[in-house]
Amino acid sequence: MRLLMLCYACWVGESSRAEESENTSNREEKRGGNMEMWIKWGYKWEAGIELGMNLRAACLQLQTSLLNPQIRRRPTPRHYRPIKEHRFAYTRLKSYTLLMAASLIRTSYSSAFAFSSPKASVYSPSVSPPSIKVPAFSPFTVKPLSSTFAPHAVRAISLATHATLTPSSVPADTSTTTFHGLCYVVGDNIDTDQIIPAEYLTLVPSNPAEYEKLGSYALVGLPSSYATRFIEPNETKTKYSIVIGGANFGCGSSREHAPVALGAAGAKAVVAESYARIFFRNSVATGEVYPLESEVRICEECKTGDVVTIELGESRLINHTTGKEYKLKPIGDAGPVIDAGGIFAYARKTGMIPSESN
Amino acid sequence: MASSLGSAHPGSSFFHNKKDLSLSVVPPTSQLSIYKCKKPFSKNIVMATTTQQSERKPATTGSLKAPMTMTEKILAKASEKSGVKPGDNVWVNVDVFMTNDISGPGSIGIFHREFGKNAKVWDHEKVVVIPDHYIFTSDERANRNVDILREFSLEQNIKYFYDIKDLSNFKANPDYKGVCHIALAQEGHCRPGEVLLGTDSHTCTAGAFGQFATGIGNTEAGFVLGTGALLLKVPHTLRFVMDGEMPDYLLAKDLILQIIGEISVAGATYKSMEFVGTTIESLNMEERMTLCNMVIEAGGKNGVVPADSTTFKYLEDKTSVSYEPVYSDAQASFLSEFRFDISNLEPLVAKPHSPDNRSLARECKDIKIDRVYIGSCTGGKTQDFLAAAKLFLASGKKVKVPTFLVPATQKVWVDIYTLTVPGSGGKTCSQIFEEAGCDTPASPSCAACMGGPKDTYARMNEAQVCVSTTNRNFPGRMGHKEGQIYLASPYTAAASALTGYITDPRQFLH
Repeated sequence: MRLLMLCYACWVGESSRAEESENTSNREEKRGGNMEMWIKWGYKWEAGIELGMNLRAACLQLQTSLLNPQIRRRPTPRHYRPIKEHRFAYTRLKSYTLLMAASLIRTSYSSAFAFSSPKASVYSPSVSPPSIKVPAFSPFTVKPLSSTFAPHAVRAISLATHATLTPSSVPADTSTTTFHGLCYVVGDNIDTDQIIPAEYLTLVPSNPAEYEKLGSYALVGLPSSYATRFIEPNETKTKYSIVIGGANFGCGSSREHAPVALGAAGAKAVVAESYARIFFRNSVATGEVYPLESEVRICEECKTGDVVTIELGESRLINHTTGKEYKLKPIGDAGPVIDAGGIFAYARKTGMIPSESN
Repeated sequence: MASSLGSAHPGSSFFHNKKDLSLSVVPPTSQLSIYKCKKPFSKNIVMATTTQQSERKPATTGSLKAPMTMTEKILAKASEKSGVKPGDNVWVNVDVFMTNDISGPGSIGIFHREFGKNAKVWDHEKVVVIPDHYIFTSDERANRNVDILREFSLEQNIKYFYDIKDLSNFKANPDYKGVCHIALAQEGHCRPGEVLLGTDSHTCTAGAFGQFATGIGNTEAGFVLGTGALLLKVPHTLRFVMDGEMPDYLLAKDLILQIIGEISVAGATYKSMEFVGTTIESLNMEERMTLCNMVIEAGGKNGVVPADSTTFKYLEDKTSVSYEPVYSDAQASFLSEFRFDISNLEPLVAKPHSPDNRSLARECKDIKIDRVYIGSCTGGKTQDFLAAAKLFLASGKKVKVPTFLVPATQKVWVDIYTLTVPGSGGKTCSQIFEEAGCDTPASPSCAACMGGPKDTYARMNEAQVCVSTTNRNFPGRMGHKEGQIYLASPYTAAASALTGYITDPRQFLH
């Protein structure tokens, strides 16, 4: 039972603080019951597996591009990430979850896991972004937990299980978007050569495999005076989801590889005293990182490894390690563009250019 | 106080916007020009008001239109508006879009992803594709990136694709040009009054032709490829007035280093930098390009130099497309104005690790150097090599450290081997370089200015001290993270090569 609750908890944990979807498709509504609950929590059916007996496990994957932005989690630039690898954490979560589910009913893990990939799934129809997947199963017919169930505790569980999971709540809109994690502090005039040295510019960001590789080199150009590296030598992702910088962050080249590398590495937001123009534009155009501006020199008051929370709606940064709070400048018009997933997604959403016809 | 405008070219056409005739009332922006004379920190610079104004340009606009600066006018024309003011977000039609092998593949990828696999660019004659960054290398990805450009250009029937196939011999590639910003100028793609966007931060170089030119990222480039327009915010303009005769030991590089040192690397962020004055008018086109090239190093959005007879003469044999230069109104407002008396300036260097870490060259004479690099869009043009050759000739000595010469384009390479240096008795630059002991001029490309793949020519693979005519000296810029790069003019670089220490070129030029 505890395992079951853990399963459920992990799924729910990923979507805590979701708001009701206004755009629930009729198809899903008809199924009602548990399906509605999942949709409410911000999930869109993507692939499912059948484990036999009457226990059906749902393998749900968040399709940020399909969701109503209101209930979307951190926006992921769709064109940069293939669906399968969409949520690095999700891939893991699915497997752990399925592992647990499989262990419950003594199905082999591999057969359970095999269907978690949309391509491999026999049951779900051929999936190709951005088509909406047709749900084939009903999810876990598990009774919802009691009302004493606390999402925060759940997030703590998923935090413990996935060290690389960068927890962030589901943003209803920018006003409730928060980023929570460790911060990495750099100084003034961090130029694009330090963010991503020129020798790695042969990697093409629109190529998914090279996108990931680009991320693994983020901030590798920082001089050796930075004892703590942004990304550990044998890792490809960073454990610091927030970069705190000084003045003129991102100066130098127009290379879009710079904000892309930061985003691909796992950074969610940069909080700097000021930005260089092209870097700021690129961050907004790609939707890779939120370029936030601080009112004071936060880089002098925070240290690498401090636990911080950024509340976008409140324009506030809280350093839990030092206990201090800082006011940020509101993200303004750039917010909706980044929320939408970049300039193209935003232009389509607002009707500036016609919807993509793939 | 009135500002002095660029010299009037008698035959130039004025900017007319026919749409404003329908406007009844256009509330004018402040009629007063905003000036702030900034006191310099260095006591070498003497701030002086001009004793005489250059010829004032008559009003170029109808009386109802608010006065605008050059940049504002270009953006207004490009966005088909009668007038814009700083802060306005406007959709601008792009006249020329440029991309290279670094950002091209990414931009193309985004273009196809967003507009469809079979999408066509908005105008296949307005896209210029110039491979230039990582060309002469065995790095497979770099070579693949050039192939991607080729594939795209063929599929889209791009008119201007300066292809290179034979990497072992650049001369075997008749289309290949070299450094994109110089190629754009030499091929006549830079024209006054137009909007040029490129996927490289030094696209601002083209502002020397009196146009709006700035760098953009891949995503916006993809957008431009599909639509031919971009949303831009109209910047405030900073005005830099430089008057006085240019001393023979100074080059435009010293001027821009002076400016960046004055306002810092973020001093012009989001702003346009306008260069006017008698000194500017006396510069040739390539010197003006050097000036505008490093606008980005001050954080600037774009730089402009008013088009004049020098510009028109340069363009005579390069383009047949008609253009319409624009000029700032007499009453236009500028955010700040900086005035420099050139006669008091001295050769400068920018010390590691920032372009605004300005210092007099003569104060760095104890700094031992390991190598000298003369090249890049900033300091690898014909005029730059002529200057270096002139200094080598004047000294008659040999260099004491490895001196790397990288011409920016094929044309520059040819010039080095054909142009004679005045006062040398008919010797070409290449001969003088050879006699001075410099390395043979390399294949034209960006080469080591930004490091590049490990086998890039002249890349700094060890922690050394280098004097270079390039544009940035951030840590790791030319390869090694602990490398020390001093930015300098070709004169200073050549002088330093001769002594093995950072040297003021006046030591050799009299």
